[in-house]
Amino acid sequence: MASATTKGGASGRSSLNAVLFYVFLVIFVLVSVLPLIWVFKMSIVTKTELFATPPTILPRNPTGAEYVQVFGDPRFQHALINSAIISGVTTVVCLFFGSTAAYAIARLKFRFRTSVMTLILALSFFPQVAIIAPLFIQYSKVGIINTYWAAIISDTAFALPLTVWLLVAFFKELPADLEEAARVDGATTIQAFRKVIVPLAAPGVFTTAILTFIFAWNEYLFANTFLFDESTQPVTVVIPNFATIYTVDYGAQAAAAVVVTVPLVILVLIFQRRIVSGLTAGAVKG
Amino acid sequence: MTTASGEKKRRGWFKEEFGNPERRAAYYMILPALFIVLVVACYPVLYGIVLSFTDSTIIAFGSFVGLENYVEMFQNPDFLEGLSNTLIYTVVSVALEFVIGLAIALAINQAFRGRGLVRAAILVPWAFPTVISAAMWRLMFQNQVGIIQYVANALGLVSEPILSDRTLLLMAAIVVDTWKTTPFMALLLLAGLQVIPGDVYEAARVDGANVMQRFFRITLPLLKGAILVALLFRTLDAYRVYDLFWVLSNRELKSLSTFVYEGVRISQLQFGQGNAAAVFIFVTAFLIALFFIKVLGMRTSVEE
Repeated sequence: MASATTKGGASGRSSLNAVLFYVFLVIFVLVSVLPLIWVFKMSIVTKTELFATPPTILPRNPTGAEYVQVFGDPRFQHALINSAIISGVTTVVCLFFGSTAAYAIARLKFRFRTSVMTLILALSFFPQVAIIAPLFIQYSKVGIINTYWAAIISDTAFALPLTVWLLVAFFKELPADLEEAARVDGATTIQAFRKVIVPLAAPGVFTTAILTFIFAWNEYLFANTFLFDESTQPVTVVIPNFATIYTVDYGAQAAAAVVVTVPLVILVLIFQRRIVSGLTAGAVKG
Repeated sequence: MTTASGEKKRRGWFKEEFGNPERRAAYYMILPALFIVLVVACYPVLYGIVLSFTDSTIIAFGSFVGLENYVEMFQNPDFLEGLSNTLIYTVVSVALEFVIGLAIALAINQAFRGRGLVRAAILVPWAFPTVISAAMWRLMFQNQVGIIQYVANALGLVSEPILSDRTLLLMAAIVVDTWKTTPFMALLLLAGLQVIPGDVYEAARVDGANVMQRFFRITLPLLKGAILVALLFRTLDAYRVYDLFWVLSNRELKSLSTFVYEGVRISQLQFGQGNAAAVFIFVTAFLIALFFIKVLGMRTSVEE
Protein backbone atom coordinates (compact mmCIF):
# COMPACT_ATOMS: atom_id res chain seq x y z
CA MET A 1 0.00 0.00 0.00
CA ALA A 2 2.61 2.45 1.12
CA SER A 3 4.90 1.48 -1.70
CA ALA A 4 2.05 1.81 -4.20
CA THR A 5 1.35 5.35 -2.99
CA THR A 6 5.00 6.33 -3.32
CA LYS A 7 5.15 4.85 -6.76
CA GLY A 8 1.96 6.58 -7.82
CA GLY A 9 3.23 9.86 -6.38
CA ALA A 10 6.51 9.61 -8.25
CA SER A 11 4.97 8.89 -11.61
CA GLY A 12 2.35 11.56 -10.94
CA ARG A 13 5.11 14.05 -10.34
CA SER A 14 7.04 13.14 -13.46
CA SER A 15 3.93 13.32 -15.61
CA LEU A 16 3.19 16.70 -14.01
CA ASN A 17 6.69 17.75 -15.05
CA ALA A 18 6.03 16.54 -18.56
CA VAL A 19 2.79 18.53 -18.68
CA LEU A 20 4.54 21.67 -17.40
CA PHE A 21 7.29 21.11 -19.96
CA TYR A 22 4.82 20.95 -22.82
CA VAL A 23 2.87 23.96 -21.50
CA PHE A 24 6.14 25.89 -21.50
CA LEU A 25 6.88 24.74 -25.05
CA VAL A 26 3.41 25.64 -26.30
CA ILE A 27 3.67 29.13 -24.80
CA PHE A 28 7.09 29.56 -26.34
CA VAL A 29 5.99 28.43 -29.80
CA LEU A 30 2.84 30.58 -29.61
CA VAL A 31 4.78 33.70 -28.62
CA SER A 32 7.15 33.09 -31.52
CA VAL A 33 4.53 32.69 -34.21
CA LEU A 34 1.48 34.61 -32.91
CA PRO A 35 2.57 38.05 -34.14
CA LEU A 36 2.87 36.66 -37.66
CA ILE A 37 -0.52 34.96 -37.42
CA TRP A 38 -2.14 38.10 -36.02
CA VAL A 39 -0.73 40.32 -38.77
CA PHE A 40 -1.91 37.73 -41.29
CA LYS A 41 -5.37 38.00 -39.74
CA MET A 42 -5.20 41.82 -40.03
CA SER A 43 -4.40 41.41 -43.72
CA ILE A 44 -7.44 39.26 -44.57
CA VAL A 45 -10.25 41.07 -42.74
CA THR A 46 -12.44 43.77 -44.20
CA LYS A 47 -11.68 47.39 -43.37
CA THR A 48 -14.67 47.74 -41.05
CA GLU A 49 -13.73 44.62 -39.15
CA LEU A 50 -10.13 45.84 -38.84
CA PHE A 51 -11.31 48.93 -36.94
CA ALA A 52 -13.92 47.07 -34.87
CA THR A 53 -13.89 47.48 -31.07
CA PRO A 54 -13.47 45.04 -29.44
CA PRO A 55 -11.28 43.40 -32.09
CA THR A 56 -12.47 40.09 -33.49
CA ILE A 57 -10.35 37.05 -32.72
CA LEU A 58 -11.20 35.07 -35.85
CA PRO A 59 -11.81 36.82 -39.17
CA ARG A 60 -15.56 36.95 -39.98
CA ASN A 61 -15.44 37.55 -43.73
CA PRO A 62 -11.95 36.68 -44.96
CA THR A 63 -11.02 38.63 -48.07
CA GLY A 64 -8.00 38.76 -50.34
CA ALA A 65 -8.68 42.35 -51.37
CA GLU A 66 -5.59 43.73 -49.63
CA TYR A 67 -3.38 41.19 -51.40
CA VAL A 68 -4.86 42.08 -54.78
CA GLN A 69 -4.15 45.73 -54.03
CA VAL A 70 -0.57 45.11 -52.84
CA PHE A 71 0.38 42.80 -55.69
CA GLY A 72 -1.19 45.20 -58.19
CA ASP A 73 0.99 48.00 -56.89
CA PRO A 74 3.94 48.46 -59.29
CA ARG A 75 6.04 49.89 -56.45
CA PHE A 76 5.72 46.59 -54.64
CA GLN A 77 6.43 44.51 -57.75
CA HIS A 78 9.58 46.52 -58.43
CA ALA A 79 10.71 46.21 -54.84
CA LEU A 80 10.39 42.41 -54.94
CA ILE A 81 12.41 42.24 -58.14
CA ASN A 82 15.04 44.64 -56.75
CA SER A 83 15.36 42.55 -53.59
CA ALA A 84 15.74 39.37 -55.62
CA ILE A 85 18.44 40.91 -57.82
CA ILE A 86 20.42 42.46 -54.96
CA SER A 87 20.33 39.38 -52.72
CA GLY A 88 20.81 36.95 -55.61
CA VAL A 89 23.91 38.67 -56.98
CA THR A 90 25.29 39.21 -53.46
CA THR A 91 24.89 35.50 -52.71
CA VAL A 92 26.64 34.41 -55.91
CA VAL A 93 29.54 36.84 -55.45
CA CYS A 94 29.93 35.89 -51.78
CA LEU A 95 29.97 32.18 -52.56
CA PHE A 96 32.46 32.62 -55.37
CA PHE A 97 35.03 34.63 -53.42
CA GLY A 98 34.09 33.19 -50.04
CA SER A 99 34.55 29.55 -50.99
CA THR A 100 38.10 30.00 -52.30
CA ALA A 101 39.06 32.07 -49.25
CA ALA A 102 37.44 29.55 -46.91
CA TYR A 103 39.25 26.67 -48.57
CA ALA A 104 42.61 28.41 -48.18
CA ILE A 105 41.89 29.08 -44.50
CA ALA A 106 40.54 25.61 -43.78
CA ARG A 107 43.03 23.47 -45.70
CA LEU A 108 46.15 25.34 -46.81
CA LYS A 109 49.07 26.57 -44.76
CA PHE A 110 50.24 30.15 -45.17
CA ARG A 111 51.78 32.81 -43.02
CA PHE A 112 48.85 35.16 -42.33
CA ARG A 113 46.16 32.53 -41.80
CA THR A 114 45.31 33.52 -38.23
CA SER A 115 45.40 37.24 -38.96
CA VAL A 116 43.04 36.83 -41.91
CA MET A 117 40.60 34.77 -39.85
CA THR A 118 40.71 37.32 -37.00
CA LEU A 119 40.06 40.17 -39.44
CA ILE A 120 37.08 38.30 -40.86
CA LEU A 121 35.69 37.58 -37.42
CA ALA A 122 36.17 41.19 -36.33
CA LEU A 123 34.23 42.37 -39.35
CA SER A 124 31.11 40.48 -38.31
CA PHE A 125 31.02 42.65 -35.17
CA PHE A 126 31.61 45.82 -37.12
CA PRO A 127 29.07 48.69 -36.77
CA GLN A 128 28.18 49.27 -40.43
CA VAL A 129 26.74 52.68 -39.64
CA ALA A 130 30.28 53.92 -38.95
CA ILE A 131 31.16 53.87 -42.64
CA ILE A 132 28.00 55.01 -44.43
CA ALA A 133 29.27 58.57 -44.93
CA PRO A 134 32.66 57.63 -46.46
CA LEU A 135 30.99 54.97 -48.63
CA PHE A 136 28.33 57.44 -49.77
CA ILE A 137 31.05 59.87 -50.88
CA GLN A 138 33.06 57.16 -52.63
CA TYR A 139 30.07 55.63 -54.39
CA SER A 140 29.07 59.11 -55.60
CA LYS A 141 32.58 59.66 -56.98
CA VAL A 142 32.59 56.33 -58.80
CA GLY A 143 29.06 57.01 -60.02
CA ILE A 144 27.34 53.95 -58.59
CA ILE A 145 25.25 55.72 -55.96
CA ASN A 146 21.56 54.84 -56.37
CA THR A 147 22.39 51.73 -58.42
CA TYR A 148 22.15 48.05 -57.46
CA TRP A 149 25.94 47.96 -57.24
CA ALA A 150 26.06 50.29 -54.23
CA ALA A 151 23.93 47.80 -52.28
CA ILE A 152 25.55 44.67 -53.72
CA ILE A 153 29.13 45.76 -53.01
CA SER A 154 28.39 46.85 -49.43
CA ASP A 155 26.26 43.76 -48.70
CA THR A 156 28.98 41.52 -50.12
CA ALA A 157 31.67 42.97 -47.86
CA PHE A 158 29.56 42.35 -44.76
CA ALA A 159 28.08 39.00 -45.78
CA LEU A 160 31.51 37.60 -46.70
CA PRO A 161 32.58 37.02 -43.07
CA LEU A 162 29.44 34.93 -42.55
CA THR A 163 30.00 33.02 -45.80
CA VAL A 164 33.68 32.36 -45.09
CA TRP A 165 33.04 31.41 -41.47
CA LEU A 166 30.38 28.85 -42.38
CA LEU A 167 32.33 27.40 -45.29
CA VAL A 168 35.50 27.00 -43.20
CA ALA A 169 33.47 24.93 -40.74
CA PHE A 170 32.03 22.78 -43.55
CA PHE A 171 35.34 22.31 -45.37
CA LYS A 172 37.05 21.20 -42.17
CA GLU A 173 34.58 18.36 -41.83
CA LEU A 174 35.73 16.76 -45.10
CA PRO A 175 38.43 14.07 -44.77
CA ALA A 176 41.93 15.46 -45.44
CA ASP A 177 43.22 12.66 -47.69
CA LEU A 178 40.79 13.61 -50.47
CA GLU A 179 42.99 16.33 -51.92
CA GLU A 180 46.07 14.23 -51.26
CA ALA A 181 44.66 11.61 -53.60
CA ALA A 182 43.83 14.25 -56.20
CA ARG A 183 47.32 15.73 -55.82
CA VAL A 184 48.91 12.31 -56.32
CA ASP A 185 46.95 12.04 -59.54
CA GLY A 186 48.65 15.27 -60.65
CA ALA A 187 45.98 17.90 -59.87
CA THR A 188 47.07 21.37 -58.78
CA THR A 189 45.76 22.89 -55.54
CA ILE A 190 43.11 24.87 -57.37
CA GLN A 191 42.01 21.88 -59.45
CA ALA A 192 41.75 19.75 -56.31
CA PHE A 193 39.55 22.44 -54.77
CA ARG A 194 37.29 22.79 -57.82
CA LYS A 195 36.93 19.17 -58.81
CA VAL A 196 37.02 17.41 -55.44
CA ILE A 197 36.14 19.69 -52.57
CA VAL A 198 33.38 21.85 -54.04
CA PRO A 199 31.21 18.93 -55.21
CA LEU A 200 31.66 17.07 -51.91
CA ALA A 201 30.90 20.14 -49.83
CA ALA A 202 27.77 20.89 -51.87
CA PRO A 203 25.31 20.49 -48.95
CA GLY A 204 27.37 22.87 -46.81
CA VAL A 205 27.74 25.31 -49.68
CA PHE A 206 23.97 25.19 -50.18
CA THR A 207 23.29 25.94 -46.50
CA THR A 208 25.74 28.82 -46.69
CA ALA A 209 23.95 30.11 -49.78
CA ILE A 210 20.59 30.13 -47.95
CA LEU A 211 22.00 31.99 -44.95
CA THR A 212 23.85 34.50 -47.13
CA PHE A 213 20.69 35.08 -49.15
CA ILE A 214 18.63 35.71 -46.00
CA PHE A 215 21.32 38.11 -44.74
CA ALA A 216 21.23 40.12 -47.99
CA TRP A 217 17.42 39.97 -48.28
CA ASN A 218 17.08 41.41 -44.77
CA GLU A 219 19.65 44.20 -45.16
CA TYR A 220 18.26 47.68 -44.58
CA LEU A 221 20.83 50.30 -43.56
CA PHE A 222 22.91 50.31 -46.76
CA ALA A 223 19.88 50.11 -49.03
CA ASN A 224 18.17 52.93 -47.17
CA THR A 225 21.32 55.06 -47.38
CA PHE A 226 22.54 54.48 -50.94
CA LEU A 227 19.30 53.93 -52.89
CA PHE A 228 16.94 56.88 -53.17
CA ASP A 229 14.17 55.94 -55.53
CA GLU A 230 11.80 53.12 -56.13
CA SER A 231 13.55 51.90 -59.28
CA THR A 232 16.31 50.34 -57.15
CA GLN A 233 14.95 50.10 -53.59
CA PRO A 234 14.42 46.59 -52.14
CA VAL A 235 11.36 45.50 -50.11
CA THR A 236 13.00 46.28 -46.77
CA VAL A 237 13.09 49.96 -47.75
CA VAL A 238 9.78 50.12 -49.60
CA ILE A 239 7.54 48.35 -47.05
CA PRO A 240 8.19 50.71 -44.13
CA ASN A 241 7.41 53.55 -46.60
CA PHE A 242 4.00 51.95 -47.16
CA ALA A 243 3.13 53.34 -43.73
CA THR A 244 3.25 56.78 -45.35
CA ILE A 245 1.79 55.81 -48.74
CA TYR A 246 -1.16 53.79 -47.42
CA THR A 247 -1.59 56.11 -44.44
CA VAL A 248 -4.58 54.53 -42.73
CA ASP A 249 -4.72 51.42 -44.89
CA TYR A 250 -3.32 49.16 -42.21
CA GLY A 251 -4.67 46.06 -43.95
CA ALA A 252 -2.52 46.73 -47.02
CA GLN A 253 0.54 47.32 -44.83
CA ALA A 254 -0.13 44.00 -43.09
CA ALA A 255 -0.55 42.19 -46.42
CA ALA A 256 2.73 43.59 -47.74
CA ALA A 257 4.59 42.49 -44.60
CA VAL A 258 3.12 38.98 -44.86
CA VAL A 259 4.06 38.62 -48.53
CA VAL A 260 7.69 39.44 -47.79
CA THR A 261 8.02 37.04 -44.88
CA VAL A 262 6.25 34.04 -46.43
CA PRO A 263 9.20 33.03 -48.67
CA LEU A 264 11.52 33.24 -45.67
CA VAL A 265 9.20 31.20 -43.46
CA ILE A 266 8.99 28.54 -46.18
CA LEU A 267 12.79 28.49 -46.58
CA VAL A 268 13.16 28.11 -42.83
CA LEU A 269 10.60 25.32 -42.56
CA ILE A 270 12.17 23.31 -45.39
CA PHE A 271 15.79 23.79 -44.40
CA GLN A 272 15.53 24.20 -40.62
CA ARG A 273 17.86 21.29 -39.86
CA ARG A 274 20.56 22.62 -42.18
CA ILE A 275 20.14 26.20 -41.01
CA VAL A 276 20.54 25.19 -37.37
CA SER A 277 23.67 23.21 -38.15
CA GLY A 278 25.04 26.15 -40.12
CA LEU A 279 24.22 28.76 -37.47
CA THR A 280 25.83 26.78 -34.70
CA ALA A 281 28.79 25.46 -36.72
CA GLY A 282 31.09 28.34 -35.87
CA ALA A 283 29.70 29.07 -32.42
CA VAL A 284 30.58 25.76 -30.82
CA LYS A 285 34.02 25.29 -32.22
CA GLY A 286 34.96 28.98 -32.06
CA MET B 1 75.83 44.11 -42.52
CA THR B 2 72.75 43.82 -40.36
CA THR B 3 70.59 45.37 -43.07
CA ALA B 4 72.02 42.97 -45.61
CA SER B 5 71.21 39.94 -43.48
CA GLY B 6 67.80 41.44 -42.66
CA GLU B 7 67.22 41.89 -46.36
CA LYS B 8 68.23 38.31 -47.00
CA LYS B 9 65.98 37.09 -44.22
CA ARG B 10 63.05 39.04 -45.59
CA ARG B 11 63.66 37.68 -49.06
CA GLY B 12 63.89 34.19 -47.60
CA TRP B 13 60.51 34.68 -45.98
CA PHE B 14 59.07 36.03 -49.18
CA LYS B 15 60.49 33.15 -51.17
CA GLU B 16 59.13 30.64 -48.70
CA GLU B 17 55.64 32.10 -48.98
CA PHE B 18 55.48 32.65 -52.70
CA GLY B 19 57.97 30.07 -54.00
CA ASN B 20 55.84 27.23 -52.72
CA PRO B 21 52.99 26.55 -55.17
CA GLU B 22 50.54 25.53 -52.43
CA ARG B 23 51.14 28.71 -50.45
CA ARG B 24 50.98 30.81 -53.58
CA ALA B 25 47.64 29.23 -54.41
CA ALA B 26 46.42 30.08 -50.90
CA TYR B 27 47.16 33.75 -51.48
CA TYR B 28 45.45 33.75 -54.88
CA MET B 29 42.40 32.21 -53.26
CA ILE B 30 42.21 34.60 -50.38
CA LEU B 31 43.08 37.87 -52.12
CA PRO B 32 39.74 38.70 -53.80
CA ALA B 33 37.78 38.38 -50.55
CA LEU B 34 40.45 40.28 -48.64
CA PHE B 35 40.48 43.03 -51.27
CA ILE B 36 36.70 43.56 -51.02
CA VAL B 37 36.84 43.68 -47.23
CA LEU B 38 39.76 46.11 -47.16
CA VAL B 39 38.31 48.47 -49.76
CA VAL B 40 34.69 48.47 -48.57
CA ALA B 41 35.18 48.25 -44.80
CA CYS B 42 38.69 49.09 -43.63
CA TYR B 43 39.58 52.04 -45.86
CA PRO B 44 36.26 53.86 -45.19
CA VAL B 45 36.90 53.65 -41.44
CA LEU B 46 40.14 55.58 -41.88
CA TYR B 47 38.49 58.02 -44.25
CA GLY B 48 35.64 58.48 -41.75
CA ILE B 49 38.10 59.32 -38.98
CA VAL B 50 39.67 61.99 -41.23
CA LEU B 51 36.21 63.38 -42.11
CA SER B 52 35.26 63.69 -38.44
CA PHE B 53 38.06 66.24 -37.91
CA THR B 54 37.02 68.44 -40.84
CA ASP B 55 34.09 70.67 -41.73
CA SER B 56 33.38 68.62 -44.86
CA THR B 57 29.94 68.24 -46.36
CA ILE B 58 28.67 65.26 -48.27
CA ILE B 59 29.65 66.93 -51.55
CA ALA B 60 32.86 68.79 -50.66
CA PHE B 61 35.90 68.01 -48.58
CA GLY B 62 36.42 70.80 -46.04
CA SER B 63 39.25 72.06 -43.89
CA PHE B 64 40.62 70.76 -40.62
CA VAL B 65 38.66 71.94 -37.57
CA GLY B 66 40.22 69.87 -34.77
CA LEU B 67 37.79 68.51 -32.19
CA GLU B 68 34.98 70.94 -33.00
CA ASN B 69 32.62 68.25 -34.32
CA TYR B 70 33.11 66.15 -31.20
CA VAL B 71 32.55 69.10 -28.87
CA GLU B 72 29.33 70.04 -30.68
CA MET B 73 28.20 66.42 -30.72
CA PHE B 74 28.56 66.05 -26.94
CA GLN B 75 26.54 69.27 -26.47
CA ASN B 76 23.79 68.11 -28.80
CA PRO B 77 20.74 66.89 -26.82
CA ASP B 78 19.76 64.59 -29.72
CA PHE B 79 23.08 62.78 -29.48
CA LEU B 80 22.82 62.46 -25.70
CA GLU B 81 19.27 61.11 -25.99
CA GLY B 82 20.46 58.61 -28.62
CA LEU B 83 23.34 57.56 -26.40
CA SER B 84 21.17 56.99 -23.35
CA ASN B 85 18.49 55.15 -25.38
CA THR B 86 21.13 52.93 -26.95
CA LEU B 87 22.69 52.07 -23.59
CA ILE B 88 19.35 51.29 -21.91
CA TYR B 89 18.15 49.29 -24.91
CA THR B 90 21.39 47.29 -25.16
CA VAL B 91 21.67 46.39 -21.48
CA VAL B 92 18.00 45.57 -20.91
CA SER B 93 17.33 43.64 -24.11
CA VAL B 94 20.56 41.59 -23.98
CA ALA B 95 19.93 40.74 -20.30
CA LEU B 96 16.34 39.65 -21.02
CA GLU B 97 17.38 37.66 -24.07
CA PHE B 98 20.13 35.93 -22.14
CA VAL B 99 17.98 34.87 -19.18
CA ILE B 100 15.01 33.72 -21.27
CA GLY B 101 17.26 32.19 -23.92
CA LEU B 102 19.19 30.18 -21.34
CA ALA B 103 15.93 28.91 -19.79
CA ILE B 104 14.70 27.79 -23.19
CA ALA B 105 18.02 26.19 -24.10
CA LEU B 106 18.08 24.22 -20.83
CA ALA B 107 14.47 23.13 -21.35
CA ILE B 108 14.87 21.86 -24.88
CA ASN B 109 18.29 20.28 -24.38
CA GLN B 110 16.73 16.79 -24.46
CA ALA B 111 15.01 14.54 -26.92
CA PHE B 112 11.25 15.05 -26.97
CA ARG B 113 8.34 14.72 -29.31
CA GLY B 114 7.82 17.78 -31.50
CA ARG B 115 11.40 18.98 -31.31
CA GLY B 116 11.49 19.80 -35.02
CA LEU B 117 8.39 21.97 -34.66
CA VAL B 118 9.94 23.90 -31.78
CA ARG B 119 13.11 24.42 -33.74
CA ALA B 120 11.18 25.71 -36.74
CA ALA B 121 9.18 28.07 -34.49
CA ILE B 122 12.46 29.32 -33.05
CA LEU B 123 13.73 30.20 -36.50
CA VAL B 124 10.65 32.02 -37.75
CA PRO B 125 11.23 35.33 -35.91
CA TRP B 126 14.96 35.08 -36.56
CA ALA B 127 14.52 34.82 -40.34
CA PHE B 128 12.31 37.92 -40.53
CA PRO B 129 13.89 41.10 -41.82
CA THR B 130 14.16 43.36 -38.76
CA VAL B 131 12.35 46.17 -40.54
CA ILE B 132 9.44 43.89 -41.45
CA SER B 133 9.05 42.65 -37.90
CA ALA B 134 9.23 46.28 -36.79
CA ALA B 135 6.49 47.18 -39.31
CA MET B 136 4.35 44.26 -38.10
CA TRP B 137 4.73 45.17 -34.45
CA ARG B 138 4.03 48.81 -35.28
CA LEU B 139 0.67 47.66 -36.64
CA MET B 140 0.00 45.80 -33.39
CA PHE B 141 1.00 48.80 -31.26
CA GLN B 142 -1.04 51.11 -33.47
CA ASN B 143 -3.59 53.34 -31.78
CA GLN B 144 -6.70 52.55 -33.88
CA VAL B 145 -6.24 48.93 -34.96
CA GLY B 146 -3.45 47.67 -32.70
CA ILE B 147 -4.28 44.68 -30.53
CA ILE B 148 -1.57 45.49 -27.97
CA GLN B 149 -2.79 49.05 -27.53
CA TYR B 150 -6.34 47.70 -27.14
CA VAL B 151 -5.33 45.16 -24.48
CA ALA B 152 -3.10 47.66 -22.67
CA ASN B 153 -5.98 50.16 -22.59
CA ALA B 154 -8.45 47.53 -21.43
CA LEU B 155 -6.13 46.52 -18.59
CA GLY B 156 -5.53 50.17 -17.73
CA LEU B 157 -1.77 49.81 -18.27
CA VAL B 158 -1.33 52.88 -20.45
CA SER B 159 -3.26 56.10 -20.77
CA GLU B 160 -1.76 57.41 -23.99
CA PRO B 161 -0.98 56.00 -27.46
CA ILE B 162 2.12 53.80 -27.18
CA LEU B 163 3.55 55.06 -30.45
CA SER B 164 3.55 58.71 -29.39
CA ASP B 165 5.34 58.31 -26.07
CA ARG B 166 9.13 57.96 -26.23
CA THR B 167 9.49 55.95 -23.02
CA LEU B 168 6.80 53.51 -24.13
CA LEU B 169 8.42 53.34 -27.57
CA LEU B 170 11.75 52.38 -26.04
CA MET B 171 10.01 49.65 -24.02
CA ALA B 172 8.24 48.51 -27.17
CA ALA B 173 11.57 48.31 -29.01
CA ILE B 174 12.99 46.16 -26.21
CA VAL B 175 9.96 43.84 -26.41
CA VAL B 176 10.27 43.47 -30.19
CA ASP B 177 13.99 42.81 -30.03
CA THR B 178 13.56 40.26 -27.25
CA TRP B 179 10.88 38.51 -29.31
CA LYS B 180 13.05 38.46 -32.37
CA THR B 181 16.45 37.45 -31.02
CA THR B 182 15.83 35.39 -27.87
CA PRO B 183 15.37 32.26 -30.02
CA PHE B 184 18.70 32.89 -31.69
CA MET B 185 20.35 33.28 -28.30
CA ALA B 186 18.70 30.02 -27.19
CA LEU B 187 20.04 28.28 -30.28
CA LEU B 188 23.63 29.41 -29.64
CA LEU B 189 23.44 28.40 -25.98
CA LEU B 190 21.81 25.08 -26.89
CA ALA B 191 24.71 24.32 -29.21
CA GLY B 192 27.06 25.00 -26.30
CA LEU B 193 25.01 22.77 -23.96
CA GLN B 194 25.05 19.89 -26.39
CA VAL B 195 28.83 19.55 -26.29
CA ILE B 196 28.85 19.12 -22.48
CA PRO B 197 29.17 15.34 -22.00
CA GLY B 198 26.27 13.75 -20.10
CA ASP B 199 28.50 11.68 -17.83
CA VAL B 200 29.77 14.83 -16.12
CA TYR B 201 26.26 15.36 -14.77
CA GLU B 202 25.95 11.67 -13.96
CA ALA B 203 29.15 11.80 -11.90
CA ALA B 204 27.95 14.93 -10.07
CA ARG B 205 24.60 13.32 -9.34
CA VAL B 206 26.34 10.24 -7.92
CA ASP B 207 28.38 12.55 -5.71
CA GLY B 208 25.12 14.02 -4.41
CA ALA B 209 25.07 17.42 -6.18
CA ASN B 210 21.55 18.88 -6.40
CA VAL B 211 20.02 20.66 -9.38
CA MET B 212 21.22 24.12 -8.36
CA GLN B 213 24.75 22.91 -7.64
CA ARG B 214 24.88 21.10 -10.96
CA PHE B 215 23.75 24.27 -12.73
CA PHE B 216 26.18 26.66 -11.04
CA ARG B 217 29.16 24.32 -10.71
CA ILE B 218 28.96 22.44 -14.01
CA THR B 219 26.64 23.96 -16.58
CA LEU B 220 27.61 27.61 -16.22
CA PRO B 221 31.41 27.11 -16.11
CA LEU B 222 31.39 24.69 -19.03
CA LEU B 223 29.04 26.95 -20.97
CA LYS B 224 31.12 30.07 -20.33
CA GLY B 225 32.68 30.10 -23.81
CA ALA B 226 29.33 29.83 -25.61
CA ILE B 227 27.76 32.42 -23.27
CA LEU B 228 30.49 34.99 -23.89
CA VAL B 229 30.32 34.53 -27.66
CA ALA B 230 26.53 34.89 -27.64
CA LEU B 231 26.62 37.91 -25.30
CA LEU B 232 29.31 39.74 -27.26
CA PHE B 233 27.54 39.05 -30.52
CA ARG B 234 24.19 40.28 -29.22
CA THR B 235 25.64 43.26 -27.33
CA LEU B 236 27.39 44.67 -30.37
CA ASP B 237 24.34 43.94 -32.50
CA ALA B 238 22.03 45.78 -30.09
CA TYR B 239 24.54 48.61 -29.68
CA ARG B 240 24.38 49.49 -33.39
CA VAL B 241 20.55 49.38 -33.48
CA TYR B 242 19.14 51.40 -36.33
CA ASP B 243 16.44 49.69 -38.40
CA LEU B 244 14.24 48.59 -35.48
CA PHE B 245 14.11 52.10 -33.96
CA TRP B 246 13.73 53.84 -37.31
CA VAL B 247 10.78 51.78 -38.52
CA LEU B 248 9.02 50.90 -35.26
CA SER B 249 8.85 54.53 -34.13
CA ASN B 250 8.61 56.03 -37.62
CA ARG B 251 11.84 58.02 -37.03
CA GLU B 252 10.85 59.21 -33.55
CA LEU B 253 13.10 57.12 -31.34
CA LYS B 254 16.76 58.13 -31.32
CA SER B 255 19.78 55.87 -31.10
CA LEU B 256 23.46 56.46 -31.82
CA SER B 257 23.04 54.98 -35.29
CA THR B 258 19.94 57.02 -36.16
CA PHE B 259 21.93 60.11 -35.15
CA VAL B 260 24.65 59.18 -37.66
CA TYR B 261 22.06 58.41 -40.33
CA GLU B 262 20.33 61.76 -39.85
CA GLY B 263 23.65 63.57 -40.10
CA VAL B 264 24.63 61.76 -43.27
CA ARG B 265 21.35 61.51 -45.12
CA ILE B 266 18.82 63.99 -43.75
CA SER B 267 20.17 67.08 -42.03
CA GLN B 268 23.18 68.16 -44.09
CA LEU B 269 24.11 70.72 -41.43
CA GLN B 270 24.96 67.94 -39.00
CA PHE B 271 27.27 66.03 -41.35
CA GLY B 272 30.32 66.76 -39.19
CA GLN B 273 28.62 65.66 -35.99
CA GLY B 274 27.31 62.59 -37.77
CA ASN B 275 30.87 61.62 -38.69
CA ALA B 276 32.05 62.24 -35.15
CA ALA B 277 29.25 59.99 -33.88
CA ALA B 278 30.23 57.32 -36.43
CA VAL B 279 33.79 57.30 -35.07
CA PHE B 280 32.38 57.28 -31.53
CA ILE B 281 30.33 54.15 -32.31
CA PHE B 282 33.27 52.43 -33.93
CA VAL B 283 35.67 53.15 -31.07
CA THR B 284 33.21 52.27 -28.29
CA ALA B 285 32.15 49.04 -30.05
CA PHE B 286 35.84 48.15 -30.26
CA LEU B 287 36.22 48.84 -26.52
CA ILE B 288 33.21 46.64 -25.74
CA ALA B 289 34.77 43.79 -27.71
CA LEU B 290 38.09 44.38 -25.93
CA PHE B 291 36.30 44.25 -22.57
CA PHE B 292 34.81 40.85 -23.39
CA ILE B 293 38.14 39.50 -24.56
CA LYS B 294 40.51 40.93 -21.95
CA VAL B 295 38.38 41.32 -18.83
CA LEU B 296 35.93 38.45 -19.18
CA GLY B 297 38.51 36.18 -20.79
CA MET B 298 36.64 35.27 -23.94
CA ARG B 299 38.62 32.84 -26.05
CA THR B 300 39.40 34.43 -29.39
CA SER B 301 41.69 31.80 -30.82
CA VAL B 302 40.42 30.72 -34.20
CA GLU B 303 42.92 27.89 -34.35
CA GLU B 304 41.56 24.48 -33.63
